[in-house]
Amino acid sequence: MKIEPGGAIKEPGSSIAYKTGGWRTFKPVIDAEKCISCWICVGFCPDAAIEKTEKGKPPIIDYDYCKGCGICANECPKNAIEMIFEEK
Amino acid sequence: MSEATSLLASGHRACAGCGAAIAVRQVLEAAGPNTICVNATGCLEVTTTPYPQTAWRVPWIHVAFENAAAVASGIEAAYKALRAKGTIPKDKKPNVIAFAGDGGTFDIGLQALSGMLERGHDVLYVCYDNEAYMNTGIQRSSSTPFGAATTTSPAGKVIPGEMRKKKPIALIAAAHDIPYVATASIAFPADLKRKVKKALEVEGPSFLHILAPCPTGWRFGTEKTVEVARLAVETGVFVLYEITNEDPLKPIVTKKIKDRKPVEEYLKLQGRFRHLFKPVKRQDIIDKIQEEVDRKCKLFGVDED
Ligand SMILES: Cc1ncc(C[n+]2csc(CCOP(=O)(O)OP(=O)(O)O)c2C)c(N)n1
Ligand code: SF4
Ligand SMILES: [Mg+2]
Repeated sequence: MKIEPGGAIKEPGSSIAYKTGGWRTFKPVIDAEKCISCWICVGFCPDAAIEKTEKGKPPIIDYDYCKGCGICANECPKNAIEMIFEEK
Repeated sequence: MSEATSLLASGHRACAGCGAAIAVRQVLEAAGPNTICVNATGCLEVTTTPYPQTAWRVPWIHVAFENAAAVASGIEAAYKALRAKGTIPKDKKPNVIAFAGDGGTFDIGLQALSGMLERGHDVLYVCYDNEAYMNTGIQRSSSTPFGAATTTSPAGKVIPGEMRKKKPIALIAAAHDIPYVATASIAFPADLKRKVKKALEVEGPSFLHILAPCPTGWRFGTEKTVEVARLAVETGVFVLYEITNEDPLKPIVTKKIKDRKPVEEYLKLQGRFRHLFKPVKRQDIIDKIQEEVDRKCKLFGVDED
């Protein structure tokens, strides 16, 4: 590995090479019927693993990175997110 | 997300449910990409930059535990000098934001912070406060609240957890008579983002104190981070206010509380206060915490009738 002067890392956001989804024990699943596209879960995700879509549609959870903390399910005003035990 | 929508990328190694990661995402969303970040040693620095990777999508530098404010001062001064010399255009003025934990701010970084505020650097200093030295294994800091158990203020026969009260860091910053000081909570993102924008707009130093609950160190379920942060505000444990240099002695409460909840509701969610409930309820300690919160809420004018 080539070490840059000052230990500089030249690729912004290169942490995406590491998939944190494997940490998960419970998996959040969104019920599209209940979701009101308020994006509250998007803003509270510590891992930037929930992405807005368009109004009227639920956001998309990126399971490559979701660590399964459950904040989204806890904060959803419509209880539209269920935490389901992850079968491996 | 593999898309560059979050200025703090996925793949960082913060614990599941980390409040500090939420705080930084909210700050960066308000600040935008024209921002340079300085980061003191601590969980945020360690978890976001597992060399040779980084989660940051803005220029970022780490130096040491104690000197985020000094490094941020230097960056701001360098831009100023380069503008004055005409090396860079006059309007090239990125936001400079320093991030440090409570240990890096209340304790070891206090001198560097005071110097930065006194010299008047145009920097926003953000303290993400998880109320202990989390990165090294939950040691108490001068931010750890009264009654909380940490590995260096363990609850047992001798003491019921931390016995000193939390240092009023935002008021200490405000005492430097700087343009803008505020407290914020990850549970109130609109308020937090408005404060970041205001802090970046003013000329000169600004200080933002964000309560960022830590599931690992505070011992609560990872899904409760935002709930705990919200309860801190709703019980009056953490007061949301801002201070400008129009009157640095007069904090303006930005979130008044109607029917303030008893502190017990906040304490009982967290394992670091479990010894106040089990094996015997320490009503004396809980009452003492409540009295102190009541006193503070009265001083700040938190209650809305
Ligand atoms: C001068 C110095 N002393 C001690 C350490 C070890 N150390 C690294 S991070 C840390 C605690 C950081 O606590 P805080 O600032 O609250 O950030 P947190 O990890 O809680 O987010 C300590 C003691 C260090 N890096 N440098
Ligand atoms: S120990 Fe706490 S502050 Fe540190 S990464 Fe884990 S949750 Fe975040
Ligand atoms: Mg800390």
